Amino acid sequence: MNRREFGQVSVSAMVLGLLGGKALAGDWQAVLAEAAGQTVYWHAWGGDTKINDFIAWVGAEAKARHGVMIEHVKLASTADAVARVLAEQEAGLTSGGAVDMIWINGENFAAMKSQGLLHGPFADGLPNWPLVDVVGKPAVVTDFTLPTEAYESPWAMAQLVFEYDSARLAAAPPKTLVALVDWIKANPGRFTYPQPPDYLGTTFLKQALYGVMANPSVLQSPVSEASYATDTAPLWAMLDDIHPSLWRKAAAFPANEPALGQLLADGETDISFAFNPGRASAEIAAGNLPDTMRTFVLDGGTIGNASFVAIPFNAAHRAGALVVANLLLDPAVQARAQDPGVLGFQTVLNMAALGPQDRARFNGLALGVATLSPADLGPVLLEPHASWMERIAADWTARYGVAQ
Amino acid sequence: MPAGWSALPPTGPPVTAWRNDQGRRPKVMPARAPRPRFSLLRFAPHLTVALLIVPVLAGLAGTILPAFGLTNGEGAAAFRALADWPGLWRAVHLSVITGAVSTLVSLGITLGIVAALLGSRVFGVIQHLLSPLLAVPHAAAALGLAFLIAPSGWVARALSPWATGWQNPPDLLILNDPGGWALIVGLIAKEVPFLLLMTLAALPQTDATRRLMSATSLGYGRVWGFVLTVLPGLYRQLRLPVYAVLTYAMTTVDMAAILGPSLPPTLSVQITQWMMEPSLTMRSTAAAGAVVQLLAVVGVLLAWHGTERVAKAALIAVAGRGWRMAGADAPARLTAIAVGSVLAGLLFAGLAGLALWSVAGLWPFPDALPHQISLQTWARAAPDLAATGGATLAIAALATALSLIIVLACLEAEHRFDLHPKARALWLLYVPLLVPQIAFLPGLQMLNLWIAAPGLALWAVALAHVVFVLPYVFLSLGGPYRQWDARQALIGAALGASPARVFWCLRLPMLMPAVLTATALGLSVSVAQYLPTLLIGGGRIETLTTQAVALSSGGNRRIIGAYGLLQMLGPAAGFALAIALPRLIYANRRGMRQASL
Repeated sequence: MNRREFGQVSVSAMVLGLLGGKALAGDWQAVLAEAAGQTVYWHAWGGDTKINDFIAWVGAEAKARHGVMIEHVKLASTADAVARVLAEQEAGLTSGGAVDMIWINGENFAAMKSQGLLHGPFADGLPNWPLVDVVGKPAVVTDFTLPTEAYESPWAMAQLVFEYDSARLAAAPPKTLVALVDWIKANPGRFTYPQPPDYLGTTFLKQALYGVMANPSVLQSPVSEASYATDTAPLWAMLDDIHPSLWRKAAAFPANEPALGQLLADGETDISFAFNPGRASAEIAAGNLPDTMRTFVLDGGTIGNASFVAIPFNAAHRAGALVVANLLLDPAVQARAQDPGVLGFQTVLNMAALGPQDRARFNGLALGVATLSPADLGPVLLEPHASWMERIAADWTARYGVAQ
Repeated sequence: MPAGWSALPPTGPPVTAWRNDQGRRPKVMPARAPRPRFSLLRFAPHLTVALLIVPVLAGLAGTILPAFGLTNGEGAAAFRALADWPGLWRAVHLSVITGAVSTLVSLGITLGIVAALLGSRVFGVIQHLLSPLLAVPHAAAALGLAFLIAPSGWVARALSPWATGWQNPPDLLILNDPGGWALIVGLIAKEVPFLLLMTLAALPQTDATRRLMSATSLGYGRVWGFVLTVLPGLYRQLRLPVYAVLTYAMTTVDMAAILGPSLPPTLSVQITQWMMEPSLTMRSTAAAGAVVQLLAVVGVLLAWHGTERVAKAALIAVAGRGWRMAGADAPARLTAIAVGSVLAGLLFAGLAGLALWSVAGLWPFPDALPHQISLQTWARAAPDLAATGGATLAIAALATALSLIIVLACLEAEHRFDLHPKARALWLLYVPLLVPQIAFLPGLQMLNLWIAAPGLALWAVALAHVVFVLPYVFLSLGGPYRQWDARQALIGAALGASPARVFWCLRLPMLMPAVLTATALGLSVSVAQYLPTLLIGGGRIETLTTQAVALSSGGNRRIIGAYGLLQMLGPAAGFALAIALPRLIYANRRGMRQASL
């Protein structure tokens, strides 16, 4: 065994020490020592400059605190990183992989976990784990109904909110799905949603499912073939109803969340939505939207979930990735992410678990003119089982995706 | 006019370029006895073929085997799944129509501009307007065009509300139209500069000026005379670039994703989406789609080839009639000027729009100009620029230099050892341009995992780029190189110069415009590569293009504008040099001027 192999084995042994979940202080010291000087290749969607800037800031912080460098590999799609790790697994590359950490959730996590592409469990062994609000924010340990089992560590909360320009919308915005449908039909061409299988577009369909299904609780179980057609019939009826009144009469759809946001900024639509309650305020702060933008949620709640980081089974810099995952749970980092001037992401931490000084960081944050207070955000609806997302996205494509 | 460059049996007085320059006249060397010896040069063609074919075949194996279920024993399940996708025929139809129509129109516009305007002052202006546009990355051009023609775009803003009365953008389906017309316009705007450059590189070999002179002296109109006397020889050399354009237009992913329809998208975009499916279950369907895409490309190329034969027969039949068509010149001239300016105007206005977005603050509809100007976007992009710009240029320089060396060695070997590449060899050259990148790159990536140690990643990416850069360099250089009048070498040899000396002192200097053009083209091809950089670099190598495409998925026009402009700087400088250097160096050689046009 040469020196380098020995080094890798010792890292593995140390990381295995984290296995049972409860890290001993000595283990973590060893992880920190191993991580110093490493460069962590963090594969994360690179389509938003605010997020890119935040990751760069985390990189500077990681270097200053722990001597760990972060290289943000900016992806057009998270699936690129999943495909890379899968290719490495197929090629038998069990160490020294190119991907050290992935920003992940939902079906990407489900795919990687089920194929054995992830390192873990590790999240509950991180020193900052006790600060995470596991009870108040169950989405931090349940990813699209799939228990995370500590194979990924949360770093931000997201919730669906609707956005509109109060200067352009004459009346109060529609607060129920029925009212929204009426508004769309009364204002043709002024609403649309990203084209499924884009995640935000599919999230809109899932939100609509919550509104039209007789018994939404079945969404928490995998799709049942027996009842799927009847369960989803009202959704397709609703879409058939609104499509002629959508932007471009539903002959074209925006590609994703930023493209949808651009339509709002260009005045092509009047009501939009985002999976980040702070997006509108952050965009106002960045000068991309007028300060007359406001947000609202539907009565009865909107879908919410968490963003995670996961570490591939063959990550070359596993210790460094663990250090970064822990840093992301640091109160100072979480407070910065929640600042509407920075990201406007909601924290995953439990305020009650924080010391007074750290709690003050959050209390001191201005919400931003367009952001709803936690009380006004209303109840968070749990993500349906991932099979719903795949199934309705596929059905949507079959019904509307090949229109002439 | 360089008579010595004629592709025909030369009849004019042999004017050699170097003879005009007494100061640099080569000294007469004592003749050496030829000694037969082992020469690496002889194997350059084999190396070239291996470089192009091995990666593609290896990658294709990784595509075709899963498509036919040979890796998982599922048989033709992948093709059944593909056939079950309701959008298949519509997507194939879209790929064929957008590819064929855009190529046909691009070729028509290019030839029209050359035929109607060659040699005129306007021609120089249009050429200088269009050439730099070759360097614009496809994605940036598409985004610029999208912002220009969208209902909330610059054109609508400039006319609103005073002329149109629009306070909000109209709900018009201009972009992403189901027929793919926005995509066709974008492809045309991007391909005309490429074809024009290829035409300019080939023209010196066609003896165009003398032929046109003969035709006009017989009373033929300029345009018709061009069609009858220059076009047949010119098209022979343009054929390969035209096929490359056709293949690209049918398989483009980035332009089609931005401008093309999405219900359904073109086949190549759909294949990419299947490849990127997170559940990884659509991979074999994507592989089957790639096989269909390949067949569609081959089918369209064959149909195109058949049309060429029909057109040739028709041209011969019509030529015998003796029509002069002098009346067609004035309208053709006006049309050529109008179309050329509109195309250049579209791209320039689009790029100007992107440039303005890169410094824009709040910019709501229907304002024609942003409320504030701010350097915030550039300040943010600046730190990334040094690193990614450096990596981009390093990879482009490496890939282009390697390609140039290999291509020159290959062509020189042909010359020295009297090798005659068969038609099959040309098709081999075409393989990397014919096979959709998305179909064979994942297979390549698997091989590459073993050698992509971090320090080697840059080299690995540069080598992967060679696969795509080399064919373009070969296509661009092969014609002029082979058309070079070998009697010049004979004269050199008669004066005692070794083959190496003939190459370095005669052939290379005389072919400098073609070499510089090939270099600029190689740089721009390398800079624009997205998938090879992403997949082979494993995400560890970031170039301006991978950054720009990642950012473009976010639709942020400000940052896309900044990256789009940065992305085109390197290749634009390359093309500027390719045009300017020969003019400077050949300033005192009248015979070489046309070559550098």
